[in-house]
Amino acid sequence: MSEKNAAVLIDKAEKVFGKDSDRVVALNGVSLTILENEFFTLLGPSGCGKTTLLRLIAGFEQPTSGRIHLHGKDISYLPPYERPVNTVFQNYALFPHMTVAQNVSFGLEMLEKPRAEIDKTVNEMLKLVQMEALRDRRTDQISGGQQQRVALARALAPHPKVLLLDEPLSALDYKLRKEMQIELKRLQNETGITFVFVTHDQEEALTMSDRVGVMNNGNILQIGAPHEIYDHPSERFVADFIGDTNFLTAKITSRSDELLTIKLSSGIEISVSAGNEVVGKDAVTLAIRPEQTTISNSVESTELQGVLRNIVYIGTDTHYHVGIDDESLFTVRVQNIHGRQQNFEIGQNVGINIDSNMVQVLKD
Amino acid sequence: MYAVRSGPVLVKIANMMFKQKFSVTRMPGFSVVAMICFFALYMPLAPLVIYSFNEGNNIALWEGFSLRWYGSAWENELVQGAAIRSLIIASFASVFATIFATMAALGTTRTKPYRGQMTIYAMINQPLMVPEIVTAVALLILFALIKQATNYHGFAYLIIAHTAFCIPFAYLPIKARLEGMDNTLEIAAADLYARPFKTFRRITLPLLLPGIFAGAMLAFVISLDDVVITEFVKSAGQDTLPTYMLGQLRRAITPEINAISTVLLGVSVLLVTLIFFMSRKRGN
Repeated sequence: MSEKNAAVLIDKAEKVFGKDSDRVVALNGVSLTILENEFFTLLGPSGCGKTTLLRLIAGFEQPTSGRIHLHGKDISYLPPYERPVNTVFQNYALFPHMTVAQNVSFGLEMLEKPRAEIDKTVNEMLKLVQMEALRDRRTDQISGGQQQRVALARALAPHPKVLLLDEPLSALDYKLRKEMQIELKRLQNETGITFVFVTHDQEEALTMSDRVGVMNNGNILQIGAPHEIYDHPSERFVADFIGDTNFLTAKITSRSDELLTIKLSSGIEISVSAGNEVVGKDAVTLAIRPEQTTISNSVESTELQGVLRNIVYIGTDTHYHVGIDDESLFTVRVQNIHGRQQNFEIGQNVGINIDSNMVQVLKD
Repeated sequence: MYAVRSGPVLVKIANMMFKQKFSVTRMPGFSVVAMICFFALYMPLAPLVIYSFNEGNNIALWEGFSLRWYGSAWENELVQGAAIRSLIIASFASVFATIFATMAALGTTRTKPYRGQMTIYAMINQPLMVPEIVTAVALLILFALIKQATNYHGFAYLIIAHTAFCIPFAYLPIKARLEGMDNTLEIAAADLYARPFKTFRRITLPLLLPGIFAGAMLAFVISLDDVVITEFVKSAGQDTLPTYMLGQLRRAITPEINAISTVLLGVSVLLVTLIFFMSRKRGN
């Protein structure tokens, strides 16, 4: 991706709300580069600062300190109407006194484009989101999913350099949300516009994004492609927030440039790649995804042993909760293929096999 | 399993019991009190309206149906003059008051919170708090000074006075409408390249219009039936309909007063009904 240019460059952006005792730090000196034509997602729990960061890019808020550049131009203190950036709001914020088509043409009218061009673009946009048939409806006469499409068309019509999306799918039901995820990805491909998407839904983030930035407490913890974030979380929060994870404490017994030898609580030693920097620490936390492990009746030559406490059948998979030595539960996820089910009984001793390539050593 | 299922059921039952027990409409005597209130409010209006159609000269002795007094009021030049004056004052005062009230409402809801905002809010609503008679005397003294200095005795004093006391009445519905309006719409407009004035004209103002109309009509009705301030401020020959009626009380009262009152009542009810529908129609 190095050949691509930066669309948005955020340099040590800090945002503080309130004064003195009411001081709340929403953004804690965040630096971030979002590339051209990229689908970038800011993922984090509510209150992590992701929406504040989006509002700084849109111009609804101004940074307490730090800079924001758009295609090389400093826009930190420009008002929103002077930024070639458009937003899809969480509640859509469609103008209730205008029709669907009038909503879509609003931005173009404000830019004082010629009438013919406006009409042409509005038609294209309505076609793009499949809302041509409802162009003269009032916005309160269409469904939530349709309002969502209109909000998208309205924000895309002025052809912004960057499109900001503030949890736009959260008001939709599950099925529609799935459809819109694919739809959004298609729109991004077709228009070639940089998308910055904010969500607290990890599945949404993994499905649509080229890259994801995981945020917590006003900081960006990790940036990477969905599979990087999922397979190689850098710290406990990221591993915990995205997907299910087992955490194990272990000790480093020897290290080389590429490999760490780690001793598990069971006494078994495994070798893992030294991905994250864990300089000068011997006690570490490991993150292991439940689907990267298997369960067996034999207790010999397995990395972990324990007592089977619970079996949860969820259709595609079966989850086995195993109590290992200190009675913390370790989850093993096994895919149910061709109805093949292993026979385990609750209370029996089981062994857990771990793919050491998929063990992640965490920073903290 | 039993506990899991019974939880929500118990909550439901508790809710039902709570609703039945504490619903105010089920309190004993509630409907009786409500009926007495409505009766006390509207009953006195009935004889007024009925006797406006009286054939005879007396306001308390029925002598048969006739529209005689409506005709007499219509042809009475003093009534004509006072009615026209009332309408002119109410029109100007409501328009001016609405403009000021709109600006005040925008200033108190569409700005970042600032020091003294509550004080300003209280000051805008001050005319609702100060006894009307005090305002009337104050204006009488102030205008007397100005009249002496300028020698102008015209209409403007009444319009200024009415504008002043109408502002809070226009302000309240406009402010309520603005507060109910999601300001993300204005943010969205700014995001779509609308400069602040364009945002106001294309988004805020159209959405605010029902509130503005409601405010204007309320101001109009309030101005139309004002007696106290008008009585103190008016110069000779500047009677409005209410002060003309007050003047008539000193003479022999005829059902003509009833007829004028009934028309005023009709106009007020009509306007208030319009306000109601106006704010219902686009209020979401």
